[in-house]
Amino acid sequence: MNGLVFLIPIALGLGLLGLAAFFWSLRKGQFDDLDGAALRIFVEDEEGRES
Amino acid sequence: MSAAALIERDFAVPDIRCAGCIAKLEQGLVRDRRIAAARVNFTEKRVHLSYTPETGMPDLIGAFSNLGFEAHPIGAGPDEADAEAETSRELLRAVAVSGFAMMNIMLLSVSVWSGAEGATRDLFHWLSAAIALPTVSYAGRPFFRSAWRALRHGRTNMDVPISIGVALVCAISLYETATSGPHAYFDGAAMLLFFLLCGRWLDSVMRDRARGGVTALLRNMGTGAMVVGEDGCSRWVDATALEPSMVMLVAAGERLAADGVVMGGTSQLDLSLLTGESAPQSVGPNHRVHAGTLNLDAPIRVRVMAAGGDTAIADIARLMGEAAQGKSRYVRIADRAARLYAPAVHCLALMAFAGWMIAGAGWHHSLLIAAAVLIITCPCALGLAVPAVQIVAAGELMRAGVLIKDGSALERLAEVDRALIDKTGTLTLGRPEATGLDRFDVGVKSLILALSQASRHPLSEALTRGLQASDVRPVSVASIRETPGFGIEALWGDHVVTLGRPQDAVLGDALATELSVDGRSVATIRFADRLRPDAAEAVEALGRQGIESMILSGDRASAVAPVARELGLTAQTGMSPQDKLAAIDRQVALGHKVLMIGDGLNDGPALAAGYASMAPGSASDVGKNAADCIFLGDRMMPVVQTVHMARRTQAFVRQNFMLAIGYNMIAVPLAFLGFVTPLVAAIAMSGSSLIVVGNALRLKRAIR
Repeated sequence: MNGLVFLIPIALGLGLLGLAAFFWSLRKGQFDDLDGAALRIFVEDEEGRES
Repeated sequence: MSAAALIERDFAVPDIRCAGCIAKLEQGLVRDRRIAAARVNFTEKRVHLSYTPETGMPDLIGAFSNLGFEAHPIGAGPDEADAEAETSRELLRAVAVSGFAMMNIMLLSVSVWSGAEGATRDLFHWLSAAIALPTVSYAGRPFFRSAWRALRHGRTNMDVPISIGVALVCAISLYETATSGPHAYFDGAAMLLFFLLCGRWLDSVMRDRARGGVTALLRNMGTGAMVVGEDGCSRWVDATALEPSMVMLVAAGERLAADGVVMGGTSQLDLSLLTGESAPQSVGPNHRVHAGTLNLDAPIRVRVMAAGGDTAIADIARLMGEAAQGKSRYVRIADRAARLYAPAVHCLALMAFAGWMIAGAGWHHSLLIAAAVLIITCPCALGLAVPAVQIVAAGELMRAGVLIKDGSALERLAEVDRALIDKTGTLTLGRPEATGLDRFDVGVKSLILALSQASRHPLSEALTRGLQASDVRPVSVASIRETPGFGIEALWGDHVVTLGRPQDAVLGDALATELSVDGRSVATIRFADRLRPDAAEAVEALGRQGIESMILSGDRASAVAPVARELGLTAQTGMSPQDKLAAIDRQVALGHKVLMIGDGLNDGPALAAGYASMAPGSASDVGKNAADCIFLGDRMMPVVQTVHMARRTQAFVRQNFMLAIGYNMIAVPLAFLGFVTPLVAAIAMSGSSLIVVGNALRLKRAIR
C-alpha cells in the first residue's frame, strides 16, 4: 500500500508528461506537414554552398 | 524594415514535388529582400510568406515564377481563420486527452480486476473517477453538443445514445464508488469516448485533406487584374476590390476577373469554362465580356461594369444556391442507422431495468444491469464502422488522383445510376491541342518549337507541349520579338521567321497559327479540343456498371455531334445552366440518381443539384467547389474507379454494420443476464472496434 503513494503519482505524471508533450508539438506545428518533414533531410543549408 | 508590419499570407503552389523544390522555394524566395520568410508546407502544397506591406501581389507571384513555380494566393484576406482545420485540431486534442485517460484508468482497473480489495479498490475507483470525470466533460463535448442539438429539434442521432450512455455510466459508477461497490465502469466510459473520437477525427481528417487538395487546385481565388488609374499608371487590384468603371488591362493568356465592356483592342476569348462553347469568340470595342473567360490573343482594356443581378456570374451563383439545398437533405448512413438503433438500445436498457425490478433484484442492481446494457450496446464499433472504411477508401482514391470532399459523397456516389456529362473540358481536354503535327518534317517542327517556346500565349504553349512530347529539339534563333495580337518573330540565320495569325482569313474562326519564313507561308497548324484519351473506354465501363450516360452540353450541335457519335451517346446541346438543371430534374422525376460530371461555370448549378457530382482538375473554381469530388489528370477512367470504389466502400460499411450487430447479438443477452462486468465490457468494446478497423483495412489496394 505504501508503494502506491509513490507509484501512482509517478505513473500518472509520466502519462501527463506524454500528453503535455503531444500538445506542445501540436501547437508548434510538428504535425502540420508530415510528408514534408521526411523530405527536409535532403534540403541543404544555404551556407556552405556557392550558388 | 520593422518586423511588426510584415504581412503573412499563404500561397497554393501545386508544383511542389520534391525536396529540391522545398529548398529552391525557401532559399530562393527570401533572396527577394521584400520577403522576410518563406515556409513550405509540402503536404498541403502551400507556401507561407511573410512580406513587407509595400510588396504588391504581382511582385510576389513574380518572385515565384522567377523560380519556375506557379503560385496562387489563397483566400481573400491576409490571415483568414481556418475554421475547419481548427475543428479537426480540437478533435485531435480530445482524442489525446481521452487516450491518456483511458490508458491510466485501465492501469488502475487492471489492478482491481486482478483482485485489489477493500480500501485499495476504493482508492483506485476514486482515482479513476478523478481522471474520468474531467475527461468526459472535456472530450465528450462534441457528442453532448450534437446530441443536444438533435434533441432540441425533436430528432435523434448517433450521439444521443452515446451521451445518455456515458452520462448514466459515469453517474452509476460514481455512486458505486461512493458506496464502496465492486464495479465501476469509468474505464468503459473513457474507452468508449476514445474510440468514438477516433472515428470522428478520421472523418474530419478526410475532409481536411480533400479541402487542402482542392484549395491547392483553385486558381481563380484571390485573382485580380491590372487596373489602369486615371494618371495612366497601372496597379494590381484583387478581384474582390474591383469596382464598376475601373479599367482593367487584360493580357493574352489571362482570365478576366470581372464582367465588363471592351474599351480598346480586339482579341479572341475562350468561353469554354463559362458556356461550354468550344469555338473562341472574337471581341472588339463595346463588346460585353464576362468574368472567367480567357483572353487568347491580344491585350484588351475592359471597363468593369456594375456587378448587378443580371451578370452571368451572379445568375449562376443564385442558381447554385437554390440547387445545393436538395443535397443538404441527404441523411448520412450512420445517422439513418442511428434512427433505428437509438430507440432499440433505449428500449433494451429499459426492458433490462424493468425485467430485473420485476424479478425482485432491487433498483440498484437493476440500474447497474441497465447501464451495462447501455455501455455494451453503445455504438462503439458502429461509430468507427463508417469513417474507418471511408478514410481508407478516400486515401486509396487520392493515390489514384481523385479527391473526395467528404464521406457522404462516397455514400451518394455508390447509389448513382445515371451519368450526365458535360462535353467541353469534361469529355474533351478543354484546351487546344495542335492537330496533325506529324505532317511536318523535323526541320519545320524544330523551328516551330524554337518560336513557340518563347511565348506564354495559350496556343504557343499547346504547340510547345505537343512538340516536346515527341522529342523535338528547338533550333537556335536570335532576336525573338513577340507582337501582341499577331505572334512571334525571330531571326533564323539570315531569314526572318514568324509564327502567328494566318495571313489569309479562309480559316474563319477556327484556331490556327502559321509559320512563315521570309514572309512565305511554310506550315499552317490547326488546333482542336481533343477527347480525353480514354473517354470511350470510361463511358463503356460506366455502362457495364449499370450507369447510362448522356451528354449535356452548352456547345453548338455541330460541335457536339462528332463527340456524341464517337462515344455512342445521346446528347442535348445548346443548354443554358437552367436547361441543365431541368434535365437533372427530369431524370430525378424518373427515379434516377444522377451523377453530374462537368467543369465549367455553367455546370456549377448542375453539379450542385446532382445526387453526386465530379469535376476534372482543370475545371473552373466554381465547378471544383460545387463538385463532390475532383479527378486529376487527362484520363477519365478515375471516374469509373471512383464509382467502383464507392460501391466497394458501401459494401464494406454494410459488412461492418453486420459485424457490429452480430457482436451485439452475443453481447446483449450476456449484459441482460448480468454477466457483463467492467472487464467483459472493456474486452468486448476494444475487440469489436479492432475487428471493424481491421475489416476496413482490407479495402487497401482495392483499385487494381
